[in-house]
Amino acid sequence: MTLEAVLLIAAALFSVGLYGAISQQVVVMVMMGLELMLNGVILAAGAFWWFLSPEPTGQVLLLVVIAAMTVEMAMGFAVATLVHRARGSDMTDSASELKR
Amino acid sequence: MTLIGEVFFWVLGATAVLSGAAVFWVNSMARATYALAISFVAVGLQLLLLDQAYLGVITILMMVMEMAVMAVYMIMFMGMNPALMPMSMVHDKRLSLVTALVTFALLAAGILLTPWPSGRPAPTEDVTVALGMALMEPKMLAMIVLSPVMVATIVAGVSLSLHRGRYDRYGDDLERAAADDPQPGGVGR
Repeated sequence: MTLEAVLLIAAALFSVGLYGAISQQVVVMVMMGLELMLNGVILAAGAFWWFLSPEPTGQVLLLVVIAAMTVEMAMGFAVATLVHRARGSDMTDSASELKR
Repeated sequence: MTLIGEVFFWVLGATAVLSGAAVFWVNSMARATYALAISFVAVGLQLLLLDQAYLGVITILMMVMEMAVMAVYMIMFMGMNPALMPMSMVHDKRLSLVTALVTFALLAAGILLTPWPSGRPAPTEDVTVALGMALMEPKMLAMIVLSPVMVATIVAGVSLSLHRGRYDRYGDDLERAAADDPQPGGVGR
């Protein structure tokens, strides 16, 4: 197992997530794409910690990434609720303008 | 890491990527949620193999709960059983695919061309204790920042998803004297 190989797995996860975040129309599916991208970031940060600098600083960074993912998810659900209430739909295309 | 550990790590890596791809390949949103949960559990187990017990466990626990909430959300908003309804709701599929492939190629080129340092420094004795001590001492600023961010997230989430907020009750400029409530109540103010 090498750092390069683990980073390639993380890059694959990030790219799959990017595809989903760009291509999906349902808000929740877009959130799934963003989550997959952050999943790749978590794995890459974990690999950097293990291979390059196994000190607590790297783990603190990972903790911040996980917290960012939590915030993204909570706000995403709240926005999905709002869009569904305002438009009667949970599609990104129906939220292309801010006015009602 | 032992040979069995390495084999397990690669199996988990393949599982994470394949189930991640399955999120956008399966034709129902409930199955997509399960696929994403599997991907997160695989990455959480990989973190456990990389000696990061605390972060691996919270990744697994948090993501399983999140995916459960996500499944409830989809059933709630889609108004049907999503597991039984095949659907494909995508736009710019080809452009998205090309963008993702180009991104992967660029990342892979960067990963393979970078001269990473060889050898692996030894981790500290007790990783979880070291993380806890760092968070309570030199890295406390991270926790000090994260705590209000979490509180702000709760407040913002509730404000956004409220059925009737203060602007609905008091008007766009909050200048209405009495709240516009369907059921007047309170103490007559």
